[in-house]
Amino acid sequence: MAVVGFAQAPHVRATEGTTNGVEMLVPVFAELFAETGLTKEDIGFWCSGSSDYLAARAFSFIAAVDAIGAYPPINESHVEMDGAWALYEAWLKIRTGEVDTALVYGFGKSSAGDLRRTLALQLDPYTVAPLWPDSVSIAAMQARLGIDAGLWSERAMAEVAARAHGGDAVDLLGEPYIADPLRRHDCAPITDGASAVILASGERARELRERPAWITGIEHRIDSGSLGARDLTTSPSTAASARAADVDGVEAAELHAPFTHQEILLRQAIGLGDDVSVNPSGGPLTGNPMFAAGLSRIGEAARLLFDGLHGRVLAHATSGPALQQNLVCVMEAR
Amino acid sequence: MKQPAAVLGVGQTHHRAKRLDVSMAGLCREAIDRAMADANVDWDGIDAVVVGKAPDLFEGVMMPELFLADALGAVGKPLLRVHTAGSVGGSTANVAVSLIHSGVHRRVLAVAFEKQSESNAMWALSIAPPFSMPVGAGAGGYFAPHVRSYIRRSGAPEHIGSLVAVKDRHNGARNPYAHLRQPDITLESVRASTMLWDPIRYDETCPSSDGACAIVLGDSSAAHRDSAWIQATAMRTEPTTFAGRDQVNPRAGREAAHALWREAGITDPLQEIDAAEIYVPFSWFEPMWLENLGFAAVGQGWKLTESGATAMDGQLPVNASGGVLSSNPIGASGMLRFAEAALQVMGRAGDHQVDGVRRALGHAYGGGSQYFSMWVVGSEKP
Amino acid sequence: MPLSAPLRVGFDYTRSLGPVLGHFMTELRARRVVGVRGSDGRVHVPPVEYDPVTAAPLSEFVEVAAEGTVVTWSWMPKPLAGQPFDRPFAWAMVRLDGADTPLLHAVDVADPSAMSIGMRVRIRWAADPIGGITDIACFEPATNPLPTTYPQFAEPSTTPTRPSPQPAGADRLARGRPPGEGGGRAGDVTMVTTPIHLDVVHSVSPEESKYLRALAHGKLLGQRCPKCHKVYIPPRGACPVDGVPTTDEVELPDVGTVTTFCVVNVPFLGQRIKPPYVAAYVLLDGADIAFLHLVLGCAADEVRMGMRVRAVWKPAEDWGTTLENIDHFAPTGEPDAPYETYEGHL
Repeated sequence: MAVVGFAQAPHVRATEGTTNGVEMLVPVFAELFAETGLTKEDIGFWCSGSSDYLAARAFSFIAAVDAIGAYPPINESHVEMDGAWALYEAWLKIRTGEVDTALVYGFGKSSAGDLRRTLALQLDPYTVAPLWPDSVSIAAMQARLGIDAGLWSERAMAEVAARAHGGDAVDLLGEPYIADPLRRHDCAPITDGASAVILASGERARELRERPAWITGIEHRIDSGSLGARDLTTSPSTAASARAADVDGVEAAELHAPFTHQEILLRQAIGLGDDVSVNPSGGPLTGNPMFAAGLSRIGEAARLLFDGLHGRVLAHATSGPALQQNLVCVMEAR
Repeated sequence: MKQPAAVLGVGQTHHRAKRLDVSMAGLCREAIDRAMADANVDWDGIDAVVVGKAPDLFEGVMMPELFLADALGAVGKPLLRVHTAGSVGGSTANVAVSLIHSGVHRRVLAVAFEKQSESNAMWALSIAPPFSMPVGAGAGGYFAPHVRSYIRRSGAPEHIGSLVAVKDRHNGARNPYAHLRQPDITLESVRASTMLWDPIRYDETCPSSDGACAIVLGDSSAAHRDSAWIQATAMRTEPTTFAGRDQVNPRAGREAAHALWREAGITDPLQEIDAAEIYVPFSWFEPMWLENLGFAAVGQGWKLTESGATAMDGQLPVNASGGVLSSNPIGASGMLRFAEAALQVMGRAGDHQVDGVRRALGHAYGGGSQYFSMWVVGSEKP
Repeated sequence: MPLSAPLRVGFDYTRSLGPVLGHFMTELRARRVVGVRGSDGRVHVPPVEYDPVTAAPLSEFVEVAAEGTVVTWSWMPKPLAGQPFDRPFAWAMVRLDGADTPLLHAVDVADPSAMSIGMRVRIRWAADPIGGITDIACFEPATNPLPTTYPQFAEPSTTPTRPSPQPAGADRLARGRPPGEGGGRAGDVTMVTTPIHLDVVHSVSPEESKYLRALAHGKLLGQRCPKCHKVYIPPRGACPVDGVPTTDEVELPDVGTVTTFCVVNVPFLGQRIKPPYVAAYVLLDGADIAFLHLVLGCAADEVRMGMRVRAVWKPAEDWGTTLENIDHFAPTGEPDAPYETYEGHL
């Protein structure tokens, strides 16, 4: 099975569009169909990822199927997760042999609300969420733990930012903190966006693209929901996923790290060597559309294979506070 | 290529308007612990967890499966969270089946829950966005006009909806887990109950429940002698509204049923299905879905209901468990239909067991009658 | 530029706690902190109901100190709504003496230079504990002088659980609860109430914005799908059948047919129209899709499928970019439309 197409909406701080993603998805679908020569009738299974809370509305994903033109009816499912997990569900569906193609999408309009505050609602609703600890503050506490343990430094974090944005790490260290020990450059921007991927089984994949991105391993795990019970300086769920997916020999990795220290943490958890190119796309630090950014990592990594730039790549997606849930997907050219 | 899958065990909570004795985690575990005991598996035997529930606004927790990971026994394992509106309980079971069908896992735990007492579903489903006309009135307000359309199109007599309510509540009285247990309800008392959303009466409406349901699924090597085999699954979606949409007999439901019967090798569902658990939150949806599913010709579903064919001792017992009309923890309601169908096949339905069930249907729908998920379970391995 | 407007979505959620969290909150109200011992011997504070390693239910409570050590921290220069302070403060994870896992809360210090990993802090209790995590008002450096007394509790560490002040729902639970509902001993904390209020900006599509701006001038403006040629009102960012935006504008009359309807008799939280009212699908002449609106001007039981209705507009000076400019639809008095003319819209 392989990824044969990828398209995404422009990463912008705030779209004028609706929270149901239709305005972002219509052109993304059109681009995918143009790229692969497929039409909506050719798609065997559809699966999407999004969040009601991002839209502050029940059933916010329902209107998104209008962007498909979902009549005659479609074989479809939805996860309240990043689109990367929708891709996992689609991967299962193709493996059952019921279908040979799937279109997966994720979307989110983070700018509709106060994202830092909304994400506090992912925390334990009895003992933590009533204090409204925001997502940046949680990440900052995680960053300090790693700094204190000598696993990374503010300098190393600034170097991650400098590589993503350009600029000089030493200059960046002169910037003020926004959530000590995090500076603005350590945090992914709030981004509206959408992305979509087409998956196809063996024979179909070869028909649809000259250099498909063959999935050789896709695994995901979750860690405890109790922040205090976790070792926040590492990511057991990422490490276990990487072991199971067999990441040996990857040349490039697209990591869904919304904070600079998390990129370092993930490199360590996966065991990526210095020779592995990380986030050649710019990564989430240059655009982090919630519920699409993980799927975009898979798409961006696949594109490295489409374009013949690499032979074996890794994509990672995350969900939940301080990297609680993680997915690793390894793809290669053949 | 497709690995056979079977229901190894099911569990559910005692459904109530307010389960104030438990947290969300405790609610889920009540169902999970029963399902795992029923399946005779421990946590080491569970390879992955699939969670389903309806809108997060109901509980005021964004993606609650994250904080529930420990209670769900999911730490260190794959966890998926499904959300397909009211059909989600069924979709969750079907996604869990695909984990087995795909050959990726040997045993999977599917869980669905709703703790409606944390907020108020009418509020959550009636939030009027700016610029719109605030006429929405919850699910009942949404579906009542389409029930009226069904009555007009089919010429069904007015008492059909009340007949279904009496049947399902009597059935619910035989189910120890049901929220509403009303053995004394009568046609007269239902017809005398308040019109909430004319033409839907109070007694023809589902309750608002706290509850959870869990199913343990396994592959051939994990199946027991009395497991219920998954003989077919189907899911279909269509948009909420479009020009000329048939809201009474939606095409997505018809096509899902068509695909389901074909995969199960069923040509005459009325003859070949021994018990059906159909998602009927408002009583009129029994005849509507009987037609949509192909148990009756278009316009004839109410005659099947009126004839008594859908009663416990009828040709096609529908909702022997009492159905959604007796218990409605929204996110779990679909999975309860799937689980009750499996219970019938496994012969473990107790006082609401239908005799000799070899094949049963589980059905769920959601959104504006636009999301459909279904399965056929049977005693024969496919 | 598409139209947008603020939308506030809020509810005071009522959370039942179950035995483990209920005991934790009951003890907090008495200014004591209890954790729970996990399968691996770790003492979790706050207690977890199920073990993070084995998923086993946990029930062995362990009282821990109100003082502990900062494990990590971050600085919050501009607090957000609902956070413990509206002035700068530190977030910290604090491992209380006797606990193995840290608790997340706020530390009240003036400046980040006052914070360090390993610093000793202690709980500052809320003046009026109710049985919730906010009974811990915050932490403060352990070097601060101890308060001599608390307003209501002279000896906080030995005061037994007392029934007052009651959290929401507790008194209701204590009396005559039905089987399967309620839990814990009378007077124990069994519920917490958590207000969750979010402010979002609701935007509509460019297509719908045109329609809403036309409404502000008393016009009903639909659009046709360029593929299926159906007339949509409101217009759509994507035709649900074809997945492309509707385009050609079509001005529609304010007269149409009731396709189907219901009578709403049920009152509910947040309702903006007083029941009973008739919510009807109105198919405007020339449109291919009906929309939901109010029908007044006759008794509710006189409303019929096929009834011809006309918009009754609010005074023009009250018009805005909303369908609410039409106060309701009222019968025209024409003969009912034949069933065949709207049968395909049910």
